[in-house]
Amino acid sequence: MTDTPSQTAAPRWLGLWPAAMLTLFFLVPFGIMLAVSVAHRDVSGFYEWGFEWGSYARFLSVFFAKVMAVSLSVSLAAAAICVLLGFPFTVFLSAMGHTAQTRILVVLLSVLALSEVIIGFSLSTLLSQTAGIGNLFHWLGLIPEPRAYTPSLFALIAGLCYIGFPFAVLVLYPPISRLDPELIEAARVMGASGTRAFFGVIIPNLRGAIVGAFILVFVFTLGSYLLPQLLGRSEHWTLSVHITDQAIYQSNLPFAAAMSVFLMLVALALVGLASLAGRERGAA
Amino acid sequence: MTRTLKTTYVLIILALLLAPLVVVAAVSLNGPQTLRFPPVEPSLRWYGELFRQSEWLVPLRNSLVIAACAAALSVVIALPLALYVWQRRGVAAKALTGMGLAPFALPPVISALGFMIFWMTLGGYGQIYATIISHGVFLVTLPLVTISLGLKGIDPLLIEAARVMGGGRWVVFRTVILPLLIPYMVSGYAFAFVLSLNEYIIAYMVAGFTVETLPIKIFNALRYGYTPILAVVSVIFAALSALIFGLIGRFGNLPRLLGAERVTRD
Repeated sequence: MTDTPSQTAAPRWLGLWPAAMLTLFFLVPFGIMLAVSVAHRDVSGFYEWGFEWGSYARFLSVFFAKVMAVSLSVSLAAAAICVLLGFPFTVFLSAMGHTAQTRILVVLLSVLALSEVIIGFSLSTLLSQTAGIGNLFHWLGLIPEPRAYTPSLFALIAGLCYIGFPFAVLVLYPPISRLDPELIEAARVMGASGTRAFFGVIIPNLRGAIVGAFILVFVFTLGSYLLPQLLGRSEHWTLSVHITDQAIYQSNLPFAAAMSVFLMLVALALVGLASLAGRERGAA
Repeated sequence: MTRTLKTTYVLIILALLLAPLVVVAAVSLNGPQTLRFPPVEPSLRWYGELFRQSEWLVPLRNSLVIAACAAALSVVIALPLALYVWQRRGVAAKALTGMGLAPFALPPVISALGFMIFWMTLGGYGQIYATIISHGVFLVTLPLVTISLGLKGIDPLLIEAARVMGGGRWVVFRTVILPLLIPYMVSGYAFAFVLSLNEYIIAYMVAGFTVETLPIKIFNALRYGYTPILAVVSVIFAALSALIFGLIGRFGNLPRLLGAERVTRD
């Protein structure tokens, strides 16, 4: 501890308040949730403390396997699309001037902050029969009758991309904007074309960031609760919808808690993977 | 690729992002109670209607109160946390940072269920303060990130100088660190405010049946069919978010706040 300044700007006791708040309101709720996931279900809508694996055993069913498969594949598709579209977008964005960057970032942040309800409502309007793109296609003569494109798997994935895209860009933005421009300059001077420099220099240098963005968008869309209900059919309901459904409408808190714990483990494993990928980049 | 092509690509994506909002803005101008595009008998009727119907005003007030208090709480937790972690590297500092970042890195439905069971067990379920505290803790990450960025930018020599001049910890904090941090605290507050305003799942699971926030109200209203008021609320919310972020961009350095280092003001 010799290299630390003689006196830190903040006294030691200052850490107590955030530690207490986060422990009480973040760690304790998680502890209770873990305990409830092995508790006994009380049909009156609450739970009795106990220890049984019953709620976890319910995972071993065809129904649950289907839900998991839908959740994972829908989020994987959305994450892949977001990163594919977002990566070039961010590269171009970070080469722009300060004012243009600020304006585009304001749009992205506003979209990111929009409530899922509003996004779901807007997209279902855009894809609806009376006010949607169906009208436009009809007017252009592409289809004989205006039609609705929602609810459908396509609408759901479009919605997830809509919430995931700003997130992907904001995760990619810091590493891309810090990428040394001289690196690309050097590649160009050595005779590489713009496209070659892009695939040969930019992408390999940012592999960690790309994997990180992919996994974070994946986890983010995995948690989407409203979009599957607003834009998808009931067979497209994801794990998040089922967790809320069990907790509030089926009054089965232990099962909801067990599903949450499971989802958390999946998310933590993926975030761990993302940080591993990030570390590799740091070492290289 | 040429510059024009790149700009076109960026503009197409932005247009796609804005398309649903444009349609909703147009739909909000419908005169009769219908969702048509292009709007029929355009009027601002439903904008006035929103402020006359108490079924919409109560959720609007709830949302604003919750967002204002929750954002304040998140800054009050994040500021000492960022200060403590700054210049320290130990297990405690790492654990605290992790706890501050965790709520945002997990799917929110997990935190929502955790909060719901927590308040059920403790007895705050269905109370507005439960929503405020839950949002405050959930959103700690945002001011934590902005304030930490601000601290990173403070020149250690400045603090050393203030100390040599005889300033104690409190004086140095009040006269040197705090004034430099205020813009970052304000933007952290604004980020948390906007996200709390739009947050659905936690508000719903903690107190959805008694304390209706605007997103909850919109979702409930959607089940009973569409009215142009839904579009009006969406437009107002989107405009409010854009206004707040626009102000941050106007008076602060948004690219730097979001992690860019090479951008200089032009």
